[in-house]
Amino acid sequence: MPQHDVLIIGAGLAGQRAALAAAHGGASVGIMSKVHPVRSHSNAAQGGINAALNPEDSWESHAFDTVKGSDYLGDQDAIEIMCREAPNEILDLEHLGVTFHRNEEGRLGTRAFGGASAARTYYVADITGQAILHVLYEQLMKHNEVYRYEEWFVTSLMRDGNGRISGAVARNIRDGSMELFVAKSVILATGGNGQIYNPTTNALICTGDGIAMAYRVGAKLMDMEMVQYHPTTLQGNGLLITEGARGEGAHLYNALGERFMEKYAPNKMELASRDVVSRAEQTEINEGRGFPDGTVALDITKVPRKRIHEALREIVMVGRDFAGVDITREPIHVKPGNHYTMGGVDTDIDGQTNIPGLYAAGECACVSVHGGNRLGANSLLDTLVFGRRSGEHAARTGQTLPMPKPDHSWVETEERNIQEIVGRERTGRRTSEIKAEMGATMDKYAAVFRDEDGLRTALGIVDRLKDEAKTVATDDKGTVFNQDVLTALELGFMLDNAECVVTAAIERRESRGAQFRTDYPERNDDEWLKHIDLSLNGDRPEISYSDVTITQWQPEERRY
Amino acid sequence: MAEYTLKIRRFDPESGQAAYWQDFQVDLPPERSVLDGVLQARDRIDGSISIRCSCQAAICGSCAVRINGRTGLACNTKIGEAADRAVTDDGAIVVEPMSNMPVLKDLIVDMDAVHWKKVQRIVPWLLPAGPPPEREYIVPAESMIDVTQAMACIHCGACVGACLSLEVDSEFIGPAALAKAYRFVGDPRDGATEERLTDLAEDPHGIYDCTHCFACVEVCPKGVAPMDQIMRLRRRATGDYGIKDRNNGYGHEKAFVDLIQKYGTLHEAQLLPRSYGNGSFVKAALHPSGIKQLTESLPTVMNGVKSGKVAPAKALHHPTLPDQKQVRRIYKEIESKDERVELNLYIVGESGGEEEGTMAEGGRES
Repeated sequence: MPQHDVLIIGAGLAGQRAALAAAHGGASVGIMSKVHPVRSHSNAAQGGINAALNPEDSWESHAFDTVKGSDYLGDQDAIEIMCREAPNEILDLEHLGVTFHRNEEGRLGTRAFGGASAARTYYVADITGQAILHVLYEQLMKHNEVYRYEEWFVTSLMRDGNGRISGAVARNIRDGSMELFVAKSVILATGGNGQIYNPTTNALICTGDGIAMAYRVGAKLMDMEMVQYHPTTLQGNGLLITEGARGEGAHLYNALGERFMEKYAPNKMELASRDVVSRAEQTEINEGRGFPDGTVALDITKVPRKRIHEALREIVMVGRDFAGVDITREPIHVKPGNHYTMGGVDTDIDGQTNIPGLYAAGECACVSVHGGNRLGANSLLDTLVFGRRSGEHAARTGQTLPMPKPDHSWVETEERNIQEIVGRERTGRRTSEIKAEMGATMDKYAAVFRDEDGLRTALGIVDRLKDEAKTVATDDKGTVFNQDVLTALELGFMLDNAECVVTAAIERRESRGAQFRTDYPERNDDEWLKHIDLSLNGDRPEISYSDVTITQWQPEERRY
Repeated sequence: MAEYTLKIRRFDPESGQAAYWQDFQVDLPPERSVLDGVLQARDRIDGSISIRCSCQAAICGSCAVRINGRTGLACNTKIGEAADRAVTDDGAIVVEPMSNMPVLKDLIVDMDAVHWKKVQRIVPWLLPAGPPPEREYIVPAESMIDVTQAMACIHCGACVGACLSLEVDSEFIGPAALAKAYRFVGDPRDGATEERLTDLAEDPHGIYDCTHCFACVEVCPKGVAPMDQIMRLRRRATGDYGIKDRNNGYGHEKAFVDLIQKYGTLHEAQLLPRSYGNGSFVKAALHPSGIKQLTESLPTVMNGVKSGKVAPAKALHHPTLPDQKQVRRIYKEIESKDERVELNLYIVGESGGEEEGTMAEGGRES
């Protein structure tokens, strides 16, 4: 039975950064992931990572842009910490070997990004997330005292009699064995829940497992209604075209050839924040000025060819392989698409949740630094800063704690649950059918524009799907790589996430950030400048509220 | 929409049975991917079909398989095109696990046992020369763009699965891990360049174990061109550091270059002796180790003669090309450059810069 001071679930940027920090802090560390770490979805972050590193820039400016981008729902104490610590985080990565782009003097060079008042995005071509993820994994290969559990699927967190987290139960995907992992603290770094939507830019693994597992053991979720739609995704398959394209100078046009952002954000144009650009596009499309396939055009041909080769090669390939378009020669059709989970497990500035011993970092967490809308290139920063802080804090507190006593009843419960699913006869719909209906429902009713009627319809559907999910059966009855049963477990996690997103979206009766309610089209600071928190009560989310932390930036009207 | 048949190689280690083929009918627009086809079969027909997959966008590197015998990512292979290239009589698209790695189940192979073990072999982390500077390392902008091609590797293992050298020498460090090695060798922040190159040149399964067959270049979904990275490691090892390795890699390369310069085509009879003599025909004939190696090669040469691969008369009387002057002019042109010209996708793009007429100057564009 494995025992660690710190057990990290998820091995993307947040998880790997937490593992290195905890190991550096002297803890014995285990890091576990349902995929090999380099398959993590941090790979998909193309554009870059923000930091006010340039002497002419300031962390205050970065923080203000982030606060404004969040539509004042971000907690300013956390935002200050993230922006202050950003420059050192970039330098640490550079020293570890990340091949950041250089300017002509050989120093770190930047590109422009949306919602930012200075060019402060550091990058590696358009594979920034991949480059950082691989360099952190190099460090994990180097520091083999961090124990890696690759292709292990966590089914449940474990609590002791006092309500403290004492570890997790996981299934070895390769042989189906169930194992109890005892740990003084657990850091969730399991990423977002984009797969509850279809289409989405998110990978198939982004099923909100950690958010749901935390919720099931009593952790508070926050701002779950805040779901980012990225302005430039491909029709149909939802693939992402980096914001870096607009950062490099690409323009958006409607079907009439108008550069429509002039109407919506005359100063920042295409580089307004993502919620603003996505709403503008959707408005153009809804009012009949889009293309027949429900899209607008992104024209990257404005960017010099040499610059495309060195900075946007990945999307040249995406255009060629997935849309049949040579982006160096012609515009590519794009639309807003599900992209990022701003909400998540409520944490403090050290990643601690309301459950003692349980931490969360990265996209599954809600510190909150993104509030109602995340700025491009702030997500990698969030994973690294709060991944590190969680790892450091967990290692420090672990020094004075005894190793928890293993409670094998948790494994028995999980094993029984899996046996029950595998043993079921098929009486209802397939997992894939339920998932498809959930995805379409969320994309229809909980997308860029929302209203109460639609959201209530969605909640009714999600309720029914939760019942149907209790009957899903598997074709695979084996133990080796039984992906069938894991998909059934993920479906349960996803439906919990979907229920929380819709519940919070119904509750917030105003428009702020990514939540635009056509029945409440204005921001209402008097009543709604607060977080919506959800906790599991029986089998329903119970709503409560918490204050937004404001340090130095009072809410004002948001213009770009 | 169109109907396609996927012929998937199934293997369940728990069944006690050998692998078998199973056909699945799927229904998809031709521009969707083979992965979409496999997932549709799994979602609608048989949930036990096992394949690793995640991003569906050719960035996570999970879904490398063999499609109609060719290794590639299932997610960026269009199903319509795969059907057009079908090799079966009934037009079914054949989908099977990659080669050179043990199969765990259906389309899933053991990457740890082969690929990741080899990555671990090359010391896959930066070894800086000293403590880091207070701010960032100051390095030429081109050097970072240069290693980006190797950094673009997503560790899908397609090149490992397709590598012909690995098929005959399972100890070969292989294309992916060696491309990763270039990511450090080409990085000016790394302080162990010569040690790395010496290590990889002296290893009998290192950079000189590549037979230059281009298989990895062809199958790589990200344009990493692992073989190009291996050749760059060789040029660094020989040209920049003059590392004379025990595998005769240095001598073999020099022999090639000298023989082409002299004769225009490869003088095969001189290739072995010159390779054993660090490029010199005379040294190989006089030096004890050269003589020993030449003697040891005799059975191979005899086999070549017997099978008709080597024709003694033709090999010994090697003709010089009639326009040999032109070959020498190419040598002169290249030798006149101050720096070595390297092609790089992040500098010249997919076309190799041909359309801008910058192919030869590609690596030096400023």
